[in-house]
Amino acid sequence: MPVTVEVPKEKYGGKVREVVIGATKDQGGTRSKAITIGGEAALPFMHFEGAIPHPPAIAIEVQDRKPSDWSPVVLDAWKEVADDPVKWAKAAEAAGADLILLKLNTTLADGSPNTPANAKKVVRDVLNATGLPLMVFGPGQAELDNELLVPVAEEAKGEKIVLGVAEDKNYRTIVAAAMANDHVVNSRTPMDVNLAKQLVILIHDMGLPLERVLMDPTTGALGYGIEYGYSVMERLRLAALQGDGMTQQPMVVTPGEEAWRVKESKVGTDVPAMWGDWKERAIHWETLTAASLVETGADILVLRHPEAVKRVKEMIAQLMSQTR
Amino acid sequence: MALTGLQIYKLLPQTNCKECGFPTCLAFAMKLAAKQAELKACPYVSEASKSQLEAASQPPIRLITLSTDGRKAVAGNEIVLFRHEKTFFNPAPIFVRVKDTDADLAAKAKEMNAFAVDYVGIKLQLSGVAIENASGDANKFAAAVDAVRGASDFPLILIAKDPAAFEAAMAKAKGAVPLFYAADASNVAALAAVAKKFNAPLAVKGDGLDATAALAEQAKAAGIEDIVIDPGARDFLGTLTLATQIRRLAVKKNFRALGYPVITFPGEGVSSADEELVLAAQHIGKYAGFVVLDHFTPASAYALLVLRQNIYTDPQKPIQVQPGLYEINAPKPESPVLVTTNFSITYFSISNEVEGAGLPAWLMVADAEGMSVLTAWAAGKFDADRIAKAVKTTNVESKISRKRLVLPGHVAVLMGEVEEALPGWQIDVGPREAVDVPAYMKLKP
Repeated sequence: MPVTVEVPKEKYGGKVREVVIGATKDQGGTRSKAITIGGEAALPFMHFEGAIPHPPAIAIEVQDRKPSDWSPVVLDAWKEVADDPVKWAKAAEAAGADLILLKLNTTLADGSPNTPANAKKVVRDVLNATGLPLMVFGPGQAELDNELLVPVAEEAKGEKIVLGVAEDKNYRTIVAAAMANDHVVNSRTPMDVNLAKQLVILIHDMGLPLERVLMDPTTGALGYGIEYGYSVMERLRLAALQGDGMTQQPMVVTPGEEAWRVKESKVGTDVPAMWGDWKERAIHWETLTAASLVETGADILVLRHPEAVKRVKEMIAQLMSQTR
Repeated sequence: MALTGLQIYKLLPQTNCKECGFPTCLAFAMKLAAKQAELKACPYVSEASKSQLEAASQPPIRLITLSTDGRKAVAGNEIVLFRHEKTFFNPAPIFVRVKDTDADLAAKAKEMNAFAVDYVGIKLQLSGVAIENASGDANKFAAAVDAVRGASDFPLILIAKDPAAFEAAMAKAKGAVPLFYAADASNVAALAAVAKKFNAPLAVKGDGLDATAALAEQAKAAGIEDIVIDPGARDFLGTLTLATQIRRLAVKKNFRALGYPVITFPGEGVSSADEELVLAAQHIGKYAGFVVLDHFTPASAYALLVLRQNIYTDPQKPIQVQPGLYEINAPKPESPVLVTTNFSITYFSISNEVEGAGLPAWLMVADAEGMSVLTAWAAGKFDADRIAKAVKTTNVESKISRKRLVLPGHVAVLMGEVEEALPGWQIDVGPREAVDVPAYMKLKP
């Protein structure tokens, strides 16, 4: 008996905003290309009911000095370049990054506090080393972030970089720096739909166009709260598609940082034998954290290990291919 | 799909006879809708209404149970598309496929059977073994089933084409109720007959939704109630699209012909074991009922099982850790005592930071009914009394030489009360966020 199944299609009234990162020579910068993210008019990869115009982008994290607290498994992958952000950025580009995320440390290599002069120099060097669009994150301490990111914003004027992370306690300074220098802001809130929306509103109220705001709902690692961010992202994306204008920002997640912070990836000894091979487990941890968030609407995934980058890129390529 | 109270009311006699124990038919209907009463309490409901109500009370995705002596693998009964709408109920059973041509079947089964990891006090294990009749020989298939049954207590999925192979395998199944995989258009009648004989659930495999629904209807017409569906796609996009459409049809449209768990084979859609794991992760989140892997390593199984646990955690009931005193990095009597709540993520954030930084500490977890620090404080579940009680029940004073307690920065306001509740203790206020704790501890050891 033949059966014809009528496929239910959701009709949405809203879509995710498109945000452009990076500026080429014509656009007042020096990037070899700009990248556009967002624009989805349906849930992730539901091509049959709405346009998914841009694939999620991969940013590879590069630090301004050799990280002192990284797992050897991921540091080994960059061992030739980890003490030189210029070489590291080039290697990241070669590893398939769509963007470079430059993370500024709290301290310099000699242990003294990081300085605006260092931050500016590293940003300039990395801009010179690669044509990819750039994201710059501060150390994550409100005062130091402000101290470093304002001069960074000025140094990179016109390049349309992403400045982060703007949080409840320091967004004003970072947003002002982005407005004055034509950059994009990453708005981070702790795993909550309403907080995410509220910070976007506050940033918008300062006068930054929503086309220059990314939303970072905070990432939990596999096994350490991934489900919270997962569901918050699903709710934010549904709200965006249903037309809630202040939830329509593309979403940034940081599975690299989070997954490499946990014991499963950081520690190779004195762990249960059933956890299996350390290197294999660690890369799975980052990959599966990222892969799950690809399915919930991540627009930029910040990753660390080149093998995880390769696997997540392959997944995205497949999900964007509509040849079936 | 569940009916509302008013929809149910229309199907009742509406005589308000009270014999069901409720004052009115409407009150009874409301209780039925809330699943707090059973229809059989009404002696006068018509047969027509009864069948309509029973059909409506069927779960949108049928519950399928595979079993052996002591163990079960259960899928189905899901009612939502997104876990935040309610929860996902039955964690997709994860099977690993072996072939009857494999040399070391018993050893493989034994190794997988022994695999178990502890995750926040939950024992995570594989769910079973799928045995494929790759040889095409019914006797070899039966021998493989015999070997796996002898080496493990795993529930089984039997993969074959020929009804005779299933017959032979079942002679060695020793009481197991396996899934028969899979009937297609060429053999659905024959496989349905043999599945019916052994009372086993039957999988049907079609190419796309129409063909799969048609096969499921055919199996049902042949007397099979317990059906598992394979809509054919193997790649990332195809499996995501079809599984989403099937879940929507079942949950939102109550479309019975596809109201069954979906079985997936991620290894068939990719070119490597690593990629298989990524696709399996997609299937865990996006609507697989059963997942059959082609590769097993402890590291990959651990990651996938933790992901499944996370996705299937009830958002209303966060995982808690046992309140108590936790030792981090072999603390000494003079090491600081950090206090926090028993919400698992809170606990793991802080223990992870301190452990990762290599700093010794006593982490005292107070019973805050599984809430995070700020939530618990706001709800009155994390206050000076609870902290003092934790100091007493953990007997921490017997283990330390320096009575110094570090409060989470978010509850700095509690400092005065805690000082009063714990005379003789030095109470300090630490940072708000776990990530800043190592720096704080280095500053104030």
